[in-house]
Amino acid sequence: MTITTGAGDIDRRLLMDRSVPRRVAFTVPDSDVPFQKLPDSSYLRDDVELPEVSQLEVVRYFSVLSQLNFSIDTNFYPLGSCTMKYNPKINDELANLPGLADIHPLQPEETVQGAIRLLKSLQDDLGEITGLPGVSLAPLAGAQGEYAGLLITRAYHAARNDAERTVAIVPDSAHGTNPASAAMAGLEVATVRSDDHGNVDVENLRELADGRTAVFMLTIPSTMGLFEPNILEIIKIIHDAGGLVYADGANLNALLGIVKLGDLGVDICHSNLHKTFSTPHGGGGPGSGPVMVTDELAKYLPKPVAEKTENGYVLAIPEASIGPINGFHGSFSIAARAYAYIKSLGLEGLQSVSENAIIGANYIQAKLKDKYDLAADRYCMHEAVLSASRQKKRGVAGLDIAKRLLDFGIHAPTMYFPLIIEEALMVEPTESESRETLDHFIAVMRQIDDEIDSTPELIHEAPHDLPVTRLDEAKAARKPVLRWTAEG
Amino acid sequence: MLGVIGVDSLDDLIGDIPIEHRHPSLNLDAGLSEQELSGVFAAIAAENASAVNGYISFLGAGAYSHYIPSTVKSILQRGEFVTAYTPYQPEAAQGTLQVGFEFQTVICQLTGMEVANAGMYDGPTAFAEACLMAARVTKRTRIGVLSSADARLPETLLAYSKHQGIEIVSIDPNATEIPDDLACIGVQSPNFFGEIEDVERFTNLTHENGALSIVHVNPTALGMFKAPGEFDVDIVTAEGQPLGVPMAFGGPYVGLFACKKAHIRQMPGRIIGRTTDTQGRVGYALTLQTREQHIRRERATSNICTSTQLIGLMVTVYAATLGKRGLKDLANLCYQKAHYAAAEIDQLDGFSVERTGPFFHEFVITCPESPAKINSALLDRKIIGGLDISDRSNNGMLVCVTETSSKADIDRLVDALREIGAGS
Repeated sequence: MTITTGAGDIDRRLLMDRSVPRRVAFTVPDSDVPFQKLPDSSYLRDDVELPEVSQLEVVRYFSVLSQLNFSIDTNFYPLGSCTMKYNPKINDELANLPGLADIHPLQPEETVQGAIRLLKSLQDDLGEITGLPGVSLAPLAGAQGEYAGLLITRAYHAARNDAERTVAIVPDSAHGTNPASAAMAGLEVATVRSDDHGNVDVENLRELADGRTAVFMLTIPSTMGLFEPNILEIIKIIHDAGGLVYADGANLNALLGIVKLGDLGVDICHSNLHKTFSTPHGGGGPGSGPVMVTDELAKYLPKPVAEKTENGYVLAIPEASIGPINGFHGSFSIAARAYAYIKSLGLEGLQSVSENAIIGANYIQAKLKDKYDLAADRYCMHEAVLSASRQKKRGVAGLDIAKRLLDFGIHAPTMYFPLIIEEALMVEPTESESRETLDHFIAVMRQIDDEIDSTPELIHEAPHDLPVTRLDEAKAARKPVLRWTAEG
Repeated sequence: MLGVIGVDSLDDLIGDIPIEHRHPSLNLDAGLSEQELSGVFAAIAAENASAVNGYISFLGAGAYSHYIPSTVKSILQRGEFVTAYTPYQPEAAQGTLQVGFEFQTVICQLTGMEVANAGMYDGPTAFAEACLMAARVTKRTRIGVLSSADARLPETLLAYSKHQGIEIVSIDPNATEIPDDLACIGVQSPNFFGEIEDVERFTNLTHENGALSIVHVNPTALGMFKAPGEFDVDIVTAEGQPLGVPMAFGGPYVGLFACKKAHIRQMPGRIIGRTTDTQGRVGYALTLQTREQHIRRERATSNICTSTQLIGLMVTVYAATLGKRGLKDLANLCYQKAHYAAAEIDQLDGFSVERTGPFFHEFVITCPESPAKINSALLDRKIIGGLDISDRSNNGMLVCVTETSSKADIDRLVDALREIGAGS
């Protein structure tokens, strides 16, 4: 076998293929108790076929794999709608303190007063920021926060003997989780159109809102990166029809100190702590999706809700709670990071977050709009939705541009979303990035546009300099190989 | 930058926001420096009882204290894993994707199942999604759950299914017949009380009735006890927390989810598959995405999106570190210690331990008085006792012992119970 050099020769063998009999990375201590008889052998299994590798091999294997990733720590990552802002290191360190990481969820409340105090403080701050004072931190991700919000909606209507309300109105620009959560909550989905300016079509909404409307699910600002100019009218239409307004808080990073959702008349919202409140995305979680509601709806919140009483802090069950929606109390150590983030920034810091996020997105939009179409030709909020429709006519799709960006060490924007925008590229720079980084991104985007005419093959074949070139995703789905096997 | 945009102030950019609601007053504290924040956290942590301030604990019931190897903590420091997101651009996420493929492999090896997904939120939500999946596969709407299961399983299932026309039926663990219209039966083994259930018998019973068999396991127990895959089980779920994840007051954890290959297109959650690039090199990508919400919207198999990839990494590094030998040794060590503790407590006047079959980690002790009183007296001695389950078993306390309890810790508990028992 010839030994070659270069990036193409990263050792991609799986752990089981590196396994050598009886090699170990770790030693379990010997038992310090008198021997206890084992159960009958009919209960016992053969050894589990797990890797047999040394500790160095474990560390090197995962360290090398980590280097195959783009991440916020290593790359500009303007993935729209995901708010890939800097995740302060101190927050991870503090959340891992033994006094927080090593406590059991079922410990007596008197032994976890610090933990519950932290949760209560975070609830209060999230309630203040959103203007919706009833808060439960139980949901484990945004989609679970949405689902909790819909269960609250159903409980509210049922309590008013109005259970015939079984329709969720969802804009055509909504995240897929919205209709999926609605379906889980037994709601029928009615889609409201967007108008030519990227706003909810108010006349269409008026036609749809009626006695069957349970809830209107609206992302604020919208997935177009826009704030609905008719927001108060929209909310009034739904309320007049007897429905509730649920705000998907995926884009809350645009609103800190700018506007409170509760002030607008929103009844329920969720927030993704892994977006707005800087907890790490983890390659796809863990997240946390607290649900916030008006005082009137607080009695329906999922359990638990942290409360302060005369006898200290407690985890309470709201009087008409929709119940538990998962195992314990939510993503506690994620909540701890969000708490650390809010306490670090404080009032002034949080206000500048959204200001800078909005300015950064508009800056990108202003400097690219001569080359790239905008989803809507107006000022955006925290993210700029571009369209590669002009580039498409010249032979290069949004996907190709996304892949070419990777060659420059820039993570691609969110592609082909929202679905209603042709060749959408959703760019969310976040407040964390410097002007120099934004300028670099802008220059690269302009250069890629030039390459369409000069060297289109560079774009079509991108990425060139990553551990792999484009992958055959159709093959992955057609003949699924989903695990290691001895046969390979 | 405002000049480039062509405006004078931020307010020119947010003109669509109703002016009367712009820039509301916010009642928030002033910001803290990193050093001040560390002080705030030190104070919070000190208000909690844990090993660092001298407490020992015998709580289990779904979250377990285990030693976490240094490799897990070290790899978890890598920002390339921690600050990436869902691998929508597979070429720029091969690290996350290959780890996910390794994770799926580990879960299959542990459970003896054919396929696994890349992880759910936690054990109970994985169980609930499994039951909904069984309903889709069988096109039936009644779901049986053994009454010996942790109540959190049917409770979470209720939250997931209450508006989908699903009925939850409690099944006696000693039942020899089951209703013939069930979509599935969910068995927890070891069950809530730590006992190994007869998975084989229930699996046969479900299959005779055209239903699916779902088993919710403790992954550490799989280091020694037979894997559900040996019994033709259809879906296996578990709380992944015992595999290298801190208890952290309840989360974040990871739900493990494995099933037979035949049902893969009804499986919820992310799935990572192997493929090749344009040069024929091996690579990994998210696959079978047409099941998922971002494609199928209201007809998706689940609404799950952001899940628990990083916790899956912890589980994968943990499994790689313990390896074949380590997991077996660990399961045996936990078994030895729990059985020692049970035998010692059983000898105490006033206390008895119910032991009919094999158990793992946990066992029920019947106390001479209310477990609440016993626990209160234990807490005075800096011992966090077992879970008070007097609602399920008269004066019952569910005691859990893992490898993190030394013999001295166990003896401290036994001595304390003797003292408290003598005083009652």
